[in-house]
Amino acid sequence: MAEATYLEAIRQGLFEEMERDPSVFCLGEDIGAYGGAFKVTDGLLDRFGAERVIDTPISETGFVGAAAGAAHMGMRPVCEMQFIDFLSSAYSILTNYVATARYRAFLPCPMVVRGPSGGYVRGGPFHSQNPEAAFLHTPGLKIVSPATAADAKGLIKSAIRDDDCVLFFEHKYLYRRIKEELPQGDHVVPIGQARVAREGTNLSIITYAATVWKALEAAEQLQQEDGLSVEVLDLRSLQPMDDAAIVATVKKTNRVLIVHEDTVTGGIAGEITARINELAFEWLDAPVKRVAAHDVPLPYAPQLEDFVLPQTADIVRAARWLAAY
Amino acid sequence: MAVTSALASDPAARAGLSRDQLLDLYYWMRLTRSLEERLVNLYRQTKVVGGLFRSLGQEACAVGSAYALRREDVLSPLIRNLGSMLVKGATPLEVLRQYMAKGDSPTRGRELNIHFGDVEDRNFVGQISHLGDMVPVMAGVTLTFRMRKEPRVGLVYVGDGATSTGAFHEGINFAAVQRCPLVVVVENNHYAYSTPTARQCAAERLADKAAGYGIPGVRADGNDVIATYQVTRDAVARARRGEGVTLIELMTYRRKGHAEHDNQSYVPAGEIERWARENDPLDRYVQRLTAGDGVAPAELEAIDARVQAEIDDATDLAERSPPPEPRDCLVGVYADPPAAPSLWYREGVRSAVDRHERPASWGTHDG
Repeated sequence: MAEATYLEAIRQGLFEEMERDPSVFCLGEDIGAYGGAFKVTDGLLDRFGAERVIDTPISETGFVGAAAGAAHMGMRPVCEMQFIDFLSSAYSILTNYVATARYRAFLPCPMVVRGPSGGYVRGGPFHSQNPEAAFLHTPGLKIVSPATAADAKGLIKSAIRDDDCVLFFEHKYLYRRIKEELPQGDHVVPIGQARVAREGTNLSIITYAATVWKALEAAEQLQQEDGLSVEVLDLRSLQPMDDAAIVATVKKTNRVLIVHEDTVTGGIAGEITARINELAFEWLDAPVKRVAAHDVPLPYAPQLEDFVLPQTADIVRAARWLAAY
Repeated sequence: MAVTSALASDPAARAGLSRDQLLDLYYWMRLTRSLEERLVNLYRQTKVVGGLFRSLGQEACAVGSAYALRREDVLSPLIRNLGSMLVKGATPLEVLRQYMAKGDSPTRGRELNIHFGDVEDRNFVGQISHLGDMVPVMAGVTLTFRMRKEPRVGLVYVGDGATSTGAFHEGINFAAVQRCPLVVVVENNHYAYSTPTARQCAAERLADKAAGYGIPGVRADGNDVIATYQVTRDAVARARRGEGVTLIELMTYRRKGHAEHDNQSYVPAGEIERWARENDPLDRYVQRLTAGDGVAPAELEAIDARVQAEIDDATDLAERSPPPEPRDCLVGVYADPPAAPSLWYREGVRSAVDRHERPASWGTHDG
């Protein structure tokens, strides 16, 4: 079977779910005839028609709200943010309306909001963001962030089948840079389960999305150059978060480095650190450390972006510090 | 595109309504007003837990427009639409329990006042406080009707203030482009909290905003229940025919403050009294029924008595309702997991310490 890129894996997931369930439909900007800014929805219009692949006005609040209304009526809408940076334009309706619908009004709201997030692509301040932490704080939303093509497919299918709103953060750096042979059949990855991307015993790197690959590079380098055995835990789901997998890796290695591409202050690493402190404090042999982006808007020039975002060398340096503690 | 005015509609016309239906409209308006008066009493007795929002003077807007819908049509009310919800099947008992934060209220004590809904049977949607947000939501509700070829329509209310929001614009524009079977009713009651409409929008008529969306915009006398019914009925019929969105501006006046605590110090002297004296929707309708439609005052008095009895019964029941069970607050944020765990310090500190797992070697410095 042919290999599929991360982007193709998402598209396959969308196709399969739309084939399987007539209540699934897509809406977003330029997703129809054009196939989406990154071509994730390419071919959907031809296969499913304009009733199920809807080009919307430029109005994130408008079509996220419309998706919620359709979801109340039994549909399963999938919204595309052209760039995930524009998710903040729907912040109010997502956090106030969508996230509370089931709790306050017993309204079903099965919907997905997906789109390309992340940097390392010279996209500048408004085409590179990682806004997941802003939504982690809102009860009622689920958040997933796959790092591999197989997980991208398995999680988009789970997200569409989930009975609540799932924010699906795709990493645009990974879209066409990674590919693999996908599992056969109805490949579904449960939301809320982390994945051990590399087994190790000396220290753990907990991460998600594109930095999983940087962590794996760092782990390999540390193995080769320092003889360190590094475990890499790919969270995959941020809400709900797999506490059991986090505690298991802490108990195994006793040293934890948390890596994410989002800015450090108020980022998800802080939440993970707090959980480790509360659940597994006594198993730590060193303070939990973070490698994340500097607290600045993401600049455009390669020299600036590379300095702001966490790099493999940063992870190696931090891991050596932790191992020596 | 014509922006028409229904202000000049023939006052003698019954808009095709039967005599029973005319009395029905009276019943719903009287029920709305009397139920709010009961809520004022309960508020003063501190039995209403939070704020109280009145629709005094706006009953014709709420009742007449909602009366134009079928049961299967979906209505999205706003805070002055108690009357609309009653017409759509909400009961005084539900409203009283809701205001009194009872455990058997429609939201089990989770939400306030008339923030509740029922999309299974009676078809009205629980609103949120963020103004304008219900417009895109109702665009999606009605998009679904169009996609499934169901002959249902939606009606969403906003106030004059909400027409300033981005959500209103995005929602009505989306619905217009998609030709959703949606009616958008702007209840222009002259004030958004304390801000007069002239400070909300420089346009003379909010109905004119329709031109920017390529849809018809009509204006009607919001204190004439037959006019509000008629203009909504026409827009509903148009939506059901697949001709898309209509924007209706109903001209009315908010005689009470934003909520019961509001002393209305910002209102020019005499304005409220003038509206109460000259343009009360119930007074006007009573006048019309007794003078034009030959309804005997005794018939209306019988309806008033029925309304009072219903409210008394509902109040008795609501007062006997239990409060919510505190731990119910953890249930139902998500379908899965079905409930959130309570935080550790609510479990008793000793048991939390005992349950906390530690490695056998911890604290022994054996490493």
